[in-house]
Amino acid sequence: MDLLSFARGPALKVALAVFCLGVGWRIVGFWLLRHRRNLNKPRASVLKFLSEGFVAVGSRSWPHREFIGRTGAGEALGYSYHLGLFAVVLLFTPHILFLGSLFGVTWPGLPSSLITMISVLTLTLFLAVLFRRVTNPVMRMLSNFDDYFSWFITALVMVTGLAATAHIGGPYQIILGVHILSVDVLLIWFPFGKLMHAFYIFPSRAINGALLARKGAVS
Amino acid sequence: MTHAKSELTVGEMLLRHGISRRSFIKFCTATASAMALPPWMGPAMAEQLRNSPRPSVVYLSFQECTGCLESLTRSFAPTIEDLIFNTISLDYNDTLMAASGEAAESARAKAMQDNFGKYVLVVDGSVPTGAGGAYCTAGGRSAEDTLREAAKGAAAVVCVGTCAAFGGIPFADPNPTSAWPVSAIVGDKPLINVSGCPPMPEVITGTLLQFVTTGRVPDLDEHRRPKVFFGNTIHDRCYRRPFYDQGKFAKTFDDEGARNGWCLYELGCKGPTTYNACATIKWNGGTSFPIQSGHGCIGCSEPGFWDKGSFYSPLSAPAWGKAGEVSPRQVGELAGAAVAAGAVLGLASAGVSRLRQRHGEQHTDNEPKGS
Repeated sequence: MDLLSFARGPALKVALAVFCLGVGWRIVGFWLLRHRRNLNKPRASVLKFLSEGFVAVGSRSWPHREFIGRTGAGEALGYSYHLGLFAVVLLFTPHILFLGSLFGVTWPGLPSSLITMISVLTLTLFLAVLFRRVTNPVMRMLSNFDDYFSWFITALVMVTGLAATAHIGGPYQIILGVHILSVDVLLIWFPFGKLMHAFYIFPSRAINGALLARKGAVS
Repeated sequence: MTHAKSELTVGEMLLRHGISRRSFIKFCTATASAMALPPWMGPAMAEQLRNSPRPSVVYLSFQECTGCLESLTRSFAPTIEDLIFNTISLDYNDTLMAASGEAAESARAKAMQDNFGKYVLVVDGSVPTGAGGAYCTAGGRSAEDTLREAAKGAAAVVCVGTCAAFGGIPFADPNPTSAWPVSAIVGDKPLINVSGCPPMPEVITGTLLQFVTTGRVPDLDEHRRPKVFFGNTIHDRCYRRPFYDQGKFAKTFDDEGARNGWCLYELGCKGPTTYNACATIKWNGGTSFPIQSGHGCIGCSEPGFWDKGSFYSPLSAPAWGKAGEVSPRQVGELAGAAVAAGAVLGLASAGVSRLRQRHGEQHTDNEPKGS
């Protein structure tokens, strides 16, 4: 069995299984943890604090006016490369075919040349994010293996994907094999590292917003 | 096709047929050009061929469908007639030769004996080793025995077709005849693989001609294929490549995209992972090739092509199903089972966590106050 057959065959199957198992475990395990009983008298109706939860998802996703000078650049950087990643993952035709064979649904893609440009731009932003992380003393102190490995595996997927599309760095089947294998590693790592924020970020903002609303605060 | 004829030099043979030296050099230059050899190779080939006796070639066919030989007979540059009447001495080929039975086998034995160490052994088909080699015999001898014997005196072995080169369809799972590629049996001779199912006729004749004229094994890739023919992927040279770059793909074999000649990647084309000269030399005298006819490349010149999943599944698609395709239902079943297992695991870990918390609280409650 060659590398490509292995990567999109048994390795992908195992990676998908581990990904689903890990996500199921993390979400259910987290959800069923014992929460401290809130003995405060609710300051708002149930409807109010639930709606404030939804509001918080939006309001906490936008930089606060008071801190925009300090946090704006970082947030712009973060949003930009996330948008780039979404475009590359969801709008590149081979990716759509990959996802289509998994979920049975396909949609129109963007021209490969445009995707290549977005990928290069996204990768540049990705390098800027790493530079910021290692040069900012506070961020460097807060970072651990999880942060760097999550960055590395995502960057590896992007670099190998670009190499496969541009037919550089070796025979196409080898580069494509390495690309899909790096996706397999990313899927396996996903539930156990900080990449899991993709599942946690919006529910956690909603829960925080709802709890604050219950106490009478506004998000 | 007797051995006596091979004593004549190629130049003498050509003079007998009324072919001038100038015409012969032109032919060699055209052949060198077709093989993408340097310009000086044409005259050098002509000189070498003119002064040499026609090299003896023994062509053995084992577990195969004769498609490779059918392909060889459709070579345009050089033609099969040029090759076997003017350039080489084809001393044995059980399909093309007039002789049969004992006469054919003794012609092979004589050619091998008279040209020991000098003849080119061409092999077509895989070698079945199961049931003591009973799946493929000729003259009461198994293919493996015949191959081992013929390989001993060969100057080089040229494996024609994917069956001889990589095992091909007989080698595919479950390989009921325990078939092997030639390289698994012949390990001590210069070996050139000319893969394809069938291989391109000009690639077979070109490779043979290059070897017999230069006496050297051409530059080979990691699968021992001549780089001059197998140096690029079909995708690299495909006339539909601009559509791939533009993201324009045919969705079915008869939609607007297919009619406009858009890329066949979505329909399972294996061009990006297949090394061959189909897109440049093309078939039937440069008329067309499968992609030009509207069908994706099936990757027939690559090792294990029969076991690499469906011909109609895109290269980037998951492939672990029985037919190499994965249905959304299979993915759903896998994901559902994994999520369910994960949820049980989550339930258990949350339960353990709660027990620990409760135990911690009891422990705190039991501690003397003020401590």
